[in-house]
Amino acid sequence: MLVLGIETCTPHTSVCLGTEQGLLASAALGRGNAHGEFLAPAIAFCLAQARQPIGAVAGVAVTVGPGLFTGMRVGIATAATLAHARRLPVVGQTSLDLLAFPVRHVRRLVCSVLDARRGELFWAFYRPAPGGVQRVTEFRVGPPAKLAGEIEAVPDDVLCVGDGACAYRSVLESTGAEVGSPSMGTPTAEALVELSLPRFLREDTQRPEDLRPLYIRQADARISWRNRGALLGGKAPDGATMVR
Amino acid sequence: MLVLGIETSCDETAVALVEDGATVRANVVGSSVERHRPYGGVVPEIAARAHLELLLPVLDRALVEAGCVYDDVEGVAVTVGPGLVGALLVGVAAAKALALAHDLPLIGVNHLEGHVCATQLEYGPLEPPLLALIVSGGHTSLVLLDATGAFTPLGATIDDAAGEAYDKIGRFLGLPYPGGPEIDALARHGNPAAIAFPRALAGDGTYDFSLSGLKTAVVRELRRREAAGEDIDLADVAASFQEAVVDVQVTKTMAAAQAHDVERVTVVGGVAANSRLRERLSAACAVAGRRLLVPAPALCTDNGAMIAAAGWNRLAAGERTPLDVEVDPNLALSGVPTGAAPGAPA
Repeated sequence: MLVLGIETCTPHTSVCLGTEQGLLASAALGRGNAHGEFLAPAIAFCLAQARQPIGAVAGVAVTVGPGLFTGMRVGIATAATLAHARRLPVVGQTSLDLLAFPVRHVRRLVCSVLDARRGELFWAFYRPAPGGVQRVTEFRVGPPAKLAGEIEAVPDDVLCVGDGACAYRSVLESTGAEVGSPSMGTPTAEALVELSLPRFLREDTQRPEDLRPLYIRQADARISWRNRGALLGGKAPDGATMVR
Repeated sequence: MLVLGIETSCDETAVALVEDGATVRANVVGSSVERHRPYGGVVPEIAARAHLELLLPVLDRALVEAGCVYDDVEGVAVTVGPGLVGALLVGVAAAKALALAHDLPLIGVNHLEGHVCATQLEYGPLEPPLLALIVSGGHTSLVLLDATGAFTPLGATIDDAAGEAYDKIGRFLGLPYPGGPEIDALARHGNPAAIAFPRALAGDGTYDFSLSGLKTAVVRELRRREAAGEDIDLADVAASFQEAVVDVQVTKTMAAAQAHDVERVTVVGGVAANSRLRERLSAACAVAGRRLLVPAPALCTDNGAMIAAAGWNRLAAGERTPLDVEVDPNLALSGVPTGAAPGAPA
């Protein structure tokens, strides 16, 4: 079964084509926010390298966040529209699950940590489980000190992985946790396809219209003119919260 | 040639299917205006989130209304700018995915060119020269489509767009968002000559507009009257404000039409729905012997049909946009190919 994987939640963007037998083709961008320009040509490149027509793709897997909002939306819009247009099933995975998956053989508590910008992190804790990892906490967003406090509060040895862990290495290492190398720093499309294939095979899939981005953080309800100064006498709307 | 047009540059998620740049088979718009209302204006992050939510439902509905399936679609057109970058990216990602999924030609469209091309959906081929006044929440521009088919921006606002000014004054007067239709309705009960608000740049010989000074003048006048204990008739304020905006728009449009000897004038964009603007512009055109083209409101506000029409013009002329095209929030206008007439075989 040929599955297309799309990962665009971090500045490291990747796309791959894989089957139960392994990887057929992949394309990745090391750094930057050029998800919009990279993604479609990268899919075309993978198809060409694997010598497969688009019609051979049987499922689309995509990361739904948390991560860069714009990147997530480009990935989800691409995956959802492609799947809708080809009548394909989709599987949405979270970026933090993907980060933990490759280190599933480590017999320690794993903390996936992604840079959430503005001095904050996204994270979740995982335990190894047969065939993968099991998430044992909610997804959280907050400053590095809050995560350090959580790590100190657990009795287990902790391995932190992800670009957020690398960015705040000293804060996290001060808790006694080990921080993984940058090569474990980003979720990848390969891990995405590997993790998603069993779900496609047992038809535990979603319809493209049911894919939901995982923002965790509320919408930044700023309008540029508020920065230019609210209209004389006009009240700037207060409460930067989004009602969903 | 059946073109699917996608527009997500601001707060409307729009998809349309248009045959040969002329016949609208479906024109579906999903709006996030309600979600922006508490903030008195379009919030970029909220708009981008809404586009992603509305995308597939709107796309689905458009295909159903047009009575077609993906296999019938022969080209994909999408707004690549100008607009909000996060909003544009959702539509462009979707358009690229459709192009990949069914091996369709892709064409990136300038939003303003799209607005002008809305005219061809109602009045047939554009037949340059044509002068367009584009007035919306994000734009106030005078654009000339010259005899060679090239777009020349003659002038634009140097500060606020018309719709933005209406929103801000509406908010100041305590009217609901968006302010344009509210002020238009309130102004019908007021005297447009009650207060002589300034006509910025009216006689400066350019085709530029400025609305921030007018906005300040309205606020200052209300403050003064309040301090002096005078009665304030909000309908008079709305009518006088609107008259000052419309006055400059009409004067500059007619001056540009005369200077460039253009017989056909079109007014498009969300603010083209303003009743006073339509009234004054059609009177001025009648006097000057020019023809005013005003597309139906559903084609004036942001929509996918105008993007499909503009896209078809370019696709029929053999243009294609590569899959790695970037969105450009400040995209400038360029020439529009007008070689093929709508209805001609593509």
